Amino acid sequence: MSTTTLAVLVPLLPFLGALAGLLLGRRAPAYVRPLAVLPTLTSAALAAAVAVRQGGEGALTGATRLTPTGNDALPVELALHLDGFAVLVAVLVAAVASCVQIYSTGYLRDDPRYPSYAALVSLFTAAMLLVVYSDDLIVLLVGWEVMGICSYFLVGHYWETAAARSASLKAFLVTKLGDVPFIIGILALASEAGTFRISTIVTRLTSPLSGFELEHPTVIALLLLAGVAGKSAQFPLHTWLPDAMAGPTPVSALIHAATMVAAGVYFVARLLPVFTSSAAALAVLAAMAAVTMVGSALAALAQDDVKRVLAYSTVGQLGYMTGALAVADRGAAVFHLISHGVFKALLFLAAGVLIHAAGTNSLAAMSRTGGLARRAPDAYWTMTVALLALAAVPPFAGFFSKEAVLAAAEHAALDPAGGAAHAVPAAVGWTVLLAGLLTAALTAAYATRLWLLAFHGRGFAEPGEDTAPGENTAPDRAGRPDRAGQPVVMNTVLWALAGPTIAVGLLYGVLPDWFDGRSLAPTLTTSVLGTGLAAAGIVVMYAAWRHSTATAARAPLGAVAAHPEAEPAVSEAEAIATHRAAYGDIAAADDPADPGRLLLGPLHRHAARGFHLDALYAAVAVRPVLAAARLVRFLDREVVDTYVRGATGTARLLGAAVRRAQTGNVQSYLGLLLAGSLVLAVAAALVAAGA
Amino acid sequence: MHLAYPAVLAVLLFCTGLYGVLARRNAILVLMSVELMLNAVNLNLVAFDVWLRDTLHAGQALTLFTITIAAAEIGIGLAIVLLVHRNRGTSHIDRLRELAETDGTDGTDRADGTATDSDGPTVAGATDNPADTRLTRGEATA
Amino acid sequence: MSATVSLAAASGTPGFLSPTGVEILFLLVGLLTLGAAITAVTTRQLVHAALWLVVALGGIAVEYLLLSAEFIAWVQVLIYVGAVVVLLLFGLMLTRAPIGRSPDADSGNRPVALAVAVTAAAVLVTVVVDAFRTTWIDLEGGAPQGTTDVTGRILFQHWVLPFEALSVLLLAALVGAIVLSRRGNGRNGTDGDAGAAGTGHGTGAADGGER
Repeated sequence: MSTTTLAVLVPLLPFLGALAGLLLGRRAPAYVRPLAVLPTLTSAALAAAVAVRQGGEGALTGATRLTPTGNDALPVELALHLDGFAVLVAVLVAAVASCVQIYSTGYLRDDPRYPSYAALVSLFTAAMLLVVYSDDLIVLLVGWEVMGICSYFLVGHYWETAAARSASLKAFLVTKLGDVPFIIGILALASEAGTFRISTIVTRLTSPLSGFELEHPTVIALLLLAGVAGKSAQFPLHTWLPDAMAGPTPVSALIHAATMVAAGVYFVARLLPVFTSSAAALAVLAAMAAVTMVGSALAALAQDDVKRVLAYSTVGQLGYMTGALAVADRGAAVFHLISHGVFKALLFLAAGVLIHAAGTNSLAAMSRTGGLARRAPDAYWTMTVALLALAAVPPFAGFFSKEAVLAAAEHAALDPAGGAAHAVPAAVGWTVLLAGLLTAALTAAYATRLWLLAFHGRGFAEPGEDTAPGENTAPDRAGRPDRAGQPVVMNTVLWALAGPTIAVGLLYGVLPDWFDGRSLAPTLTTSVLGTGLAAAGIVVMYAAWRHSTATAARAPLGAVAAHPEAEPAVSEAEAIATHRAAYGDIAAADDPADPGRLLLGPLHRHAARGFHLDALYAAVAVRPVLAAARLVRFLDREVVDTYVRGATGTARLLGAAVRRAQTGNVQSYLGLLLAGSLVLAVAAALVAAGA
Repeated sequence: MHLAYPAVLAVLLFCTGLYGVLARRNAILVLMSVELMLNAVNLNLVAFDVWLRDTLHAGQALTLFTITIAAAEIGIGLAIVLLVHRNRGTSHIDRLRELAETDGTDGTDRADGTATDSDGPTVAGATDNPADTRLTRGEATA
Repeated sequence: MSATVSLAAASGTPGFLSPTGVEILFLLVGLLTLGAAITAVTTRQLVHAALWLVVALGGIAVEYLLLSAEFIAWVQVLIYVGAVVVLLLFGLMLTRAPIGRSPDADSGNRPVALAVAVTAAAVLVTVVVDAFRTTWIDLEGGAPQGTTDVTGRILFQHWVLPFEALSVLLLAALVGAIVLSRRGNGRNGTDGDAGAAGTGHGTGAADGGER
């Protein structure tokens, strides 16, 4: 089998698995799990085989004409383009999707909607693989939109809860908001470049011989950037991502690690020459990345929900990737994409175990529970590894990829003209570098906070101290002798992901073969700076934690799932549903023992609400739309309907009047009939007489 | 003879019949009035036939036919009136109001009919009317 | 008045002011007929209405005679006065029509009926008089028009087919009347006498059925 055939099978298998799962889901429940897991696993193996065969050589391309577009110069082709980026990202996607599928068999083991869930995850994976391999912009767009609709369904998996419903709607609408300019940008790009083929566009743009230039590179790049910002959750369209935590944890892992958010970064990486041909687009990209990084790191410091912390950290890490792209180093971006995919998948999946073990998703509640590390040791150790990777502590994966990004930024800042074909402005490099360094410290801080609060909380032993009305959380849990049984598959997946989390960073020497060939090795300056800042963040956070736990930690809090022994998904859904009831907010908890509160000071309130971006959107977009809707409703109900009611009322009145004549008395009918004909006869006679 | 005499007489007879048809309550009296109208028409036919001196005497032939048809009509009409009288207990035309749309139940209409029926002085007396109504209902259910 | 005379003279026909004997007789009988008809449709005694109808129909028969349509006149007497009115009287009896004055002989529709009838009469009389005021029927001259001989001849020479078709119609009416009556008889069982007793028995049977 040729490499191209193998590559075709990679997205096809999960797609067929999804179809089969949807068709057979109800009729043959026994086949659902194999149908969910096996195609994804196989396609992961195939993706790995494709990567090995491709081996960083020249890109493989294959295409078939798909459909006539009415313009022979612009065909839509089912084209594959297998270069180093594509095959490696495909391996990541398929591997993470396999982990998620296996994990889900345990996580949603009793869920009645598991068949459709698994099929949607498979479809999601297939769409992402299509995006990764596709060489045609329109086919890529198809995968892109399929991901959008899949994310809508998957985030809304617990549609019984209002939070999940609104989160799925928000994810869908916000990403679609970016997709509208995105599709315009694609069409504009294709009409200027004369083709939908990405490889052709890139070749024309990068080849020094062709001398091809886009006429409006800035417009096209900014239009595409809007779609990327929506999909990859970059400021200002990132708000859907933290809310998407209302979905099941494996879905979050899938969206954050491998599929949806990676698609935007990967897309920019593929089309980087388009972006580098416009300095303005690079500047916007850099500003976007910087704001996203710092803002999301601050917001992550203030979140109470474990998964929301992780969600904001995803936004921040994606900021690193866009930062790397802004300095035109896609090797670093994709390197970070891969290592982040691995450790973020691990973080989310471990968080799922953790939430199940704790029965709550609230850090404030966990910090009072205590003993979580003892009850969920697998989650504890793997999460520790993943958090170290997130905090970019050497030698974990995050360190190398982040240093690659910082090194690229430093390179662009200090040596703007050198190397790259298109010069990156020095200001862009400086922006990314400074924001990256600041974020490194913040990332380390919130990772430490998460770890300390989740695993090193101090439970209260005596039930009598618990004065929280209604919810009787910490003492009960601490007193429970058994550890809540975690499904074995879930823990296995955690350990399977822990290995790459440690090791993937060490590939920095090998990966340039697959990528553009630029070195990804950490440089001394940025390594020292970044690690130092991360260490500083860790130390400061630890100190703050010691301080705040010593002083406060009086007021007991709690949001707890009612069925800790049920399947993990149920615990999680209940935890999400009860969070607002317990704390008055979906994101934050009013917990004085929170070290993040101490560190952020007055910023905490704003950070917890994502710097009021949602409120801003509500004021700018939602409220006017609602007002317009109310106006339309008013017009419809009171104005239009008045005419309708008037019409019916008149008809009814007339009918009532006429009905009075309908007595059923034949004689009166006949009398009226004859009177009428008399009138006619008189009229006829008068007309005939000429009067 | 002036044609105006029979013609005017026919008109007046016709209008008299018309009045009877519209004003009479009893169905048999209405039938009588119909006979009057038919006769007025017949008178017209004969008068015009005589005036025109038609060789085929179409007017007189038609008069004969009309008389025959009137006889048939009165037979059928009387049979219908008798049947209605048997079923409804009345031959009053203005009580036969099933043509009218009633509000919801048919029962109110029936009750009305019974009330007005017992008001009217009939030979059979008031005691028979509820029985008639019941009979009607029994038939309706059967 | 003189205008009418002159008009009549001008048209070459006798005027209205110098009626012939036939005309006077026609007028008198016509008045009688009209009066009887009006009484028939206005009287409150139902049986009297039938009897006044006899007078009116007889008057019309006389008018036929005066118009020289003898055969029709005798047919009128035979069928109308002999058969139809008898049928109507039977009908009145079978429907237990009250004997004596019944106050509800006229329906509430009476004013409308009166208005319609009077208007119709006015319009029609106007039109008819306007159209035929100078038309003269020559009754004396020419061949006889309405004798039995003439009528039979034209009926069986020219109108045979309609005549036979009419016999079929009569048969159909006969069958229809029988069917309608039979249904009633079948329901009422053995009630020979129509009237209150019959209905009473029928009611009893119906009650028994209900129980």
